[in-house]
Amino acid sequence: MGLGYRRSADQDAAAPVRHPAVVVGAGPVGLSLAIDLAQRGVPVVLLDDSDTLATGSRAICFAKRTLEIFDRLGCGQPMVDKGVSWQVGKVFFRDAEVYRFDLQPEAGHERPAFINLQQCDVERFLVDRVDALPAIDLRWKNKVVGVEPQADHVALRIETPEGEYRLRAGHLVACDGSRSALRALLGLETSGRVFRDRFLIADVQMAADFPAERWFWFDPPFHPGQSVLLHRQPDKVWRIDFQLGWDADPEVEKRPENIVPRVRALLAHSALKDVPFELVWASVYTFACQRMARFRHGRVLFAGDAAHGVSPFGARGANSGIQDAENLAWKLAAVVQGRAGDALLDSYADEREYAADENIRHSTRATDFITPKSEVSRLFRDATLALARDHAFARALVNSGRLSTATTLQRSALNTRDSDAWAGRMVPGAAAADAPLRRADGTPAWLLRELHVDACTALWFGSGTPDIDLDAATRGCAPLRLLAIAPRGSAGALCDADGLLAQRYDLQPGNLVLLRPDQHVCARWRRPTTGALRAALQRAHALA
Amino acid sequence: MIALVTTPHLDAADDFYEALIETHRDLSAAQSHALNARLVLLLANHIGSATVLREALAAARAAADLTDPGTP
Repeated sequence: MGLGYRRSADQDAAAPVRHPAVVVGAGPVGLSLAIDLAQRGVPVVLLDDSDTLATGSRAICFAKRTLEIFDRLGCGQPMVDKGVSWQVGKVFFRDAEVYRFDLQPEAGHERPAFINLQQCDVERFLVDRVDALPAIDLRWKNKVVGVEPQADHVALRIETPEGEYRLRAGHLVACDGSRSALRALLGLETSGRVFRDRFLIADVQMAADFPAERWFWFDPPFHPGQSVLLHRQPDKVWRIDFQLGWDADPEVEKRPENIVPRVRALLAHSALKDVPFELVWASVYTFACQRMARFRHGRVLFAGDAAHGVSPFGARGANSGIQDAENLAWKLAAVVQGRAGDALLDSYADEREYAADENIRHSTRATDFITPKSEVSRLFRDATLALARDHAFARALVNSGRLSTATTLQRSALNTRDSDAWAGRMVPGAAAADAPLRRADGTPAWLLRELHVDACTALWFGSGTPDIDLDAATRGCAPLRLLAIAPRGSAGALCDADGLLAQRYDLQPGNLVLLRPDQHVCARWRRPTTGALRAALQRAHALA
Repeated sequence: MIALVTTPHLDAADDFYEALIETHRDLSAAQSHALNARLVLLLANHIGSATVLREALAAARAAADLTDPGTP
């Protein structure tokens, strides 16, 4: 299939054709959502107004949780193979290292904390996956120019190189980016804080041997008074973000003759003074931390940058957008297929608005630290950095971006409140942490690969089978699949051989954890019963 | 419940005050401001309690509002 406009039969239909799900925007979020829906048996029409992938790096840091989602979508491995895995970040103040962090200090996870991969590469792998799924009808150069929400569908008017046509969408999902055309067509607004600062991104190709780490400088000698961020990407391409200040002229700064000296100054500061480099791509950007008041408007849902925007520090843009997509996919599939209440789609909005607030809070705080907006703000920032070299407490305050982790949906209406005492992070609402397992034949396995995604998973920790009537628990409700894992030292098809599952989930033999199809914990019991499981399952599908 | 102590609590009040002023000796106003910022951060970490710190921030701010020359 690939890129490029192709005429659809819908354009010749006598009356507008109805599709259960129409997704607008073939960026990382729209592509992920379309794949997830298709894998769940929902046919998808995916519209994009252009016929090109993103250029340059743009989004580059893809977080562990995102990679786990891509694994489920069937394209995680090629991305990890191509990307640069990393977990260590270093922070420099002037010319001294003041702080170092490790985002994945513990072993026993299949995926790294992060990979760096240019957005265009991520999109290419996603499009390759789309091509393998006949349930997705990807239509390039299809621009939505009219949206009319109706009682039982959304009427769309679409412009193509061969003229306009109409469609009807059972549900419409806008993944069309920060300047969302759909948001504008519906007269909806987004609001928040615009930051008066400009940043230059330069993708530079060179044979440098900096390690695969995130390096961040506050006020470095080679770019005084501003910040600089360095990331290694595949193919010997390095991504450098230079803070420029608000007064910089984007057109002037984008010129290669002005970028090259900045890169040369950075290199001159290292051992790589004379290494030759080539400028591959550059852009100047500004940003805002903002979101729409509601992500759901009847049959129209908003996801990714269309719904919310963050500053780039912390890699919370694309990563949170892909989490939006996975949150929505199983819910929309369950509603379209009549297995859940319509209120399940309200829970998408509730949960992801909560997540957006968390992401905006983190990225706003990082931005205030990186680009202090007042004299006293800068005073405390510099005081923190000055103390960080000698005092551990100050390192915790240094904020060059708190990097994206999955949001724990603590207050979700889909969660069943604990009735027993538990320790650890795997509370109802948490995205499942991975853990190494072993099969009966001795081969290794990973928890996240074993969790069912076409239904909720009842993770039973124990030998034998739980004393639960699964048929009674699921009758008239969405299906449930049992995953039995034997405690360390016991026999079973899958065993927690290293004891890390028990540790990470605070499990004792006989406990049961209920996980949603998006691998979020939604209930857990020390002593599960059929009645409690049934109630939790209904609650998780907005049927209660 | 820990609360911000605003009754006399210093081991040796006058000694502390002298030492505080002495610590700033020969510094420019900018250097003194920077020193104070570092001091606030060190003491805040020592206190640790978010409740106490919030009370301290509010008490310090209240005094500023009282002495605000813009307030008639």
